Amino acid sequence: MTLKRISVIITICFFAIGLLVGQANALEGSYKVGAVFSVTGRASFLGDPEKKTVEMLAEKINATGGIKGKKLELVIYDDEGDATKCNLAVEKLITRDKVCAVIGPSLSGPSLAVISVAEKYETPLVSCAASYKIVYDEKTGKPYKWVFKTPQSDSMAVEAIYTHLKNRGINKIAIMSVTSGFGASGRSELIRLAPEFNMNIVADEKYGPKDTDMTAQLTKIKGVAPAAIVNWSIGPTQVTVTRNWRDLGMAGITLYQSHGFGSRKNIELASGAAEGVFCPLGACNIAELLPANHLQKSVTMDYMKNYMAKHNEPLSSFGGHSWDALMLVVDALKSVGCDKAAIRNYIENQKGFVGQHGLFSFSPDDHNGLTKDAFKMVIVKGDDWALVD
Amino acid sequence: MEKITLASQLLQYFITGLTVGSVYAMVAVGFNIIYNVTEIINFAQGEFVMLGGLIMVFLHVAMGLSLILAFPATIVLVTLIGILIDRLAIRPIRCPSVLTLIIATIAVSIIIKGTASFIWGKNPFDLPAFSGRNPINILGAVIQPQYFWVIGFLVVTAVALSIFFDRTIMGKAMSACADNPNAASLVGINVKQMVLLSFALSAAIGAVAGITITPISLMEYDRGAMLAVKGFGAAILGGLGSFPGAILGGLIMGSIESFGAGLISSGYKDAFALIVLLVILFFKPSGLMGSVEISRIKRF
Repeated sequence: MTLKRISVIITICFFAIGLLVGQANALEGSYKVGAVFSVTGRASFLGDPEKKTVEMLAEKINATGGIKGKKLELVIYDDEGDATKCNLAVEKLITRDKVCAVIGPSLSGPSLAVISVAEKYETPLVSCAASYKIVYDEKTGKPYKWVFKTPQSDSMAVEAIYTHLKNRGINKIAIMSVTSGFGASGRSELIRLAPEFNMNIVADEKYGPKDTDMTAQLTKIKGVAPAAIVNWSIGPTQVTVTRNWRDLGMAGITLYQSHGFGSRKNIELASGAAEGVFCPLGACNIAELLPANHLQKSVTMDYMKNYMAKHNEPLSSFGGHSWDALMLVVDALKSVGCDKAAIRNYIENQKGFVGQHGLFSFSPDDHNGLTKDAFKMVIVKGDDWALVD
Repeated sequence: MEKITLASQLLQYFITGLTVGSVYAMVAVGFNIIYNVTEIINFAQGEFVMLGGLIMVFLHVAMGLSLILAFPATIVLVTLIGILIDRLAIRPIRCPSVLTLIIATIAVSIIIKGTASFIWGKNPFDLPAFSGRNPINILGAVIQPQYFWVIGFLVVTAVALSIFFDRTIMGKAMSACADNPNAASLVGINVKQMVLLSFALSAAIGAVAGITITPISLMEYDRGAMLAVKGFGAAILGGLGSFPGAILGGLIMGSIESFGAGLISSGYKDAFALIVLLVILFFKPSGLMGSVEISRIKRF
């Protein structure tokens, strides 16, 4: 009997302590922001850092007084990279969880699929996916009313690479791409913009996202001897391409990687083979290389330090996209509170917002807010990035 | 830089195809061992390859075990996982039909993949090449030393297996189960033990494939399924149940992919391999080395 009574008392004490502690930290009321990321499944390398980033930000915001004294409450769902699940998740966030705004999804396909949901419920949605179609309605030639996105479009990365090639006097190139959405979208932009920059594409090679070896494709490219190769992929294949390129002794043909190469992990995995590879990157990947007077220096350094201290893994550019998305929404919440139409208008009129991937200036005709200047050309030098100018 | 000649290009395609094909062949051999004894297709075969690669990375890179120690240790660990699969997922099934067992292996592969993503995360991992990364130049074709390791281990595996099945009592007993499990148990062979052994053996071979390919292609938690599909194609091409067929099938699949990607179109290289597979099955439904009589008495 006594044992039972003691245990009951102890339990009650624990609850009481828990309540007290909770009370001490509680902020009056809360702002709910919804998020959908591909935390598991084929695109988990996007969703995982995105989720970690927004959780880290919310923790920090709430520890430092919240948003105007109110708590920032994140409701995060995992769409597993599936458009149908994503659709349901966004609908649930808006109708059941009654969020002020939605950030995500991680992938372009699901993002395109949820545009209609955001429009129907008139809720601002800030996507973390790259395709320009997310913020371009082909019927009207204008952005969708309620949808924004933070990542740079593929066309900006292509422009940055082509400009660099042009400045070096190169016009005979080979392109390689992975047969996934990312690769296919990059490939079509590379082909679409080639005439504008006077690029002659002499080889157009592809490979699967789980392929083990790209020697055959590279050997074929070696046969037609272009002056540069532009490779468009994400995940382990871009490392394999880099290694095969080095092994085949093709260092004379400069290798350009897409912005998908933006993680130091890739340099590490290439184990020396990535030396001399060019790629266009957003500011958050190269925070410590930026000059001290650069506008993004302090936000990017801050994010990098906090993220690496908390998760003990190198920063990828994808977490930066969710940083930009959440902070745009938080900035709006600070000014206008939880009023969906006001949040939308606030973001649309946002000018010069200092984010991880660039200075965002939105307008009714531009719901991405970035230009090709959001990419900096870098080269791999001594197992690290170095700015090219 | 100098232009590469067509002959060197062809040689390059051939060697690349042989290397990739060796991995497919090892996976195909793994399929066959289990198929021969149990008549089931083990859909977790690709996961053995993935586990081989990742456990090797863990032991060799993270724990700092030397290559010579880590290699057998990895094989032992993956073999144990193979044994566990038999004890936990295959044997407990009551009144098993071939189809239920196959579905059980699909479940196993999902569980293994999920567990691996929890343990190792979703990033790819690298393994240092066994004998450095300085490529060797042969007649204009460039060859990584690791390619020789992959092809070499296929040869070692093939030789070891043929000795096992032809020269040892245990191997003969396994072949007997493959021919007729009822008759085998009548003459005193413990069929359950043979099933266990088949899972252990094919896990070990999968591990070898995973360990040798990781330095070339990196390894991550969801690589298994694709390798299993390719290996299964190779096993069918060579004739399900035939070991020489599996090896031939794997090498053919790899070569077609490589030549197809290099000479015709890299976008359709997987399609070429499948077209050749279909054509061969059309003319010889039991596969290159399979026999129609045997496939008729099998339940699947």
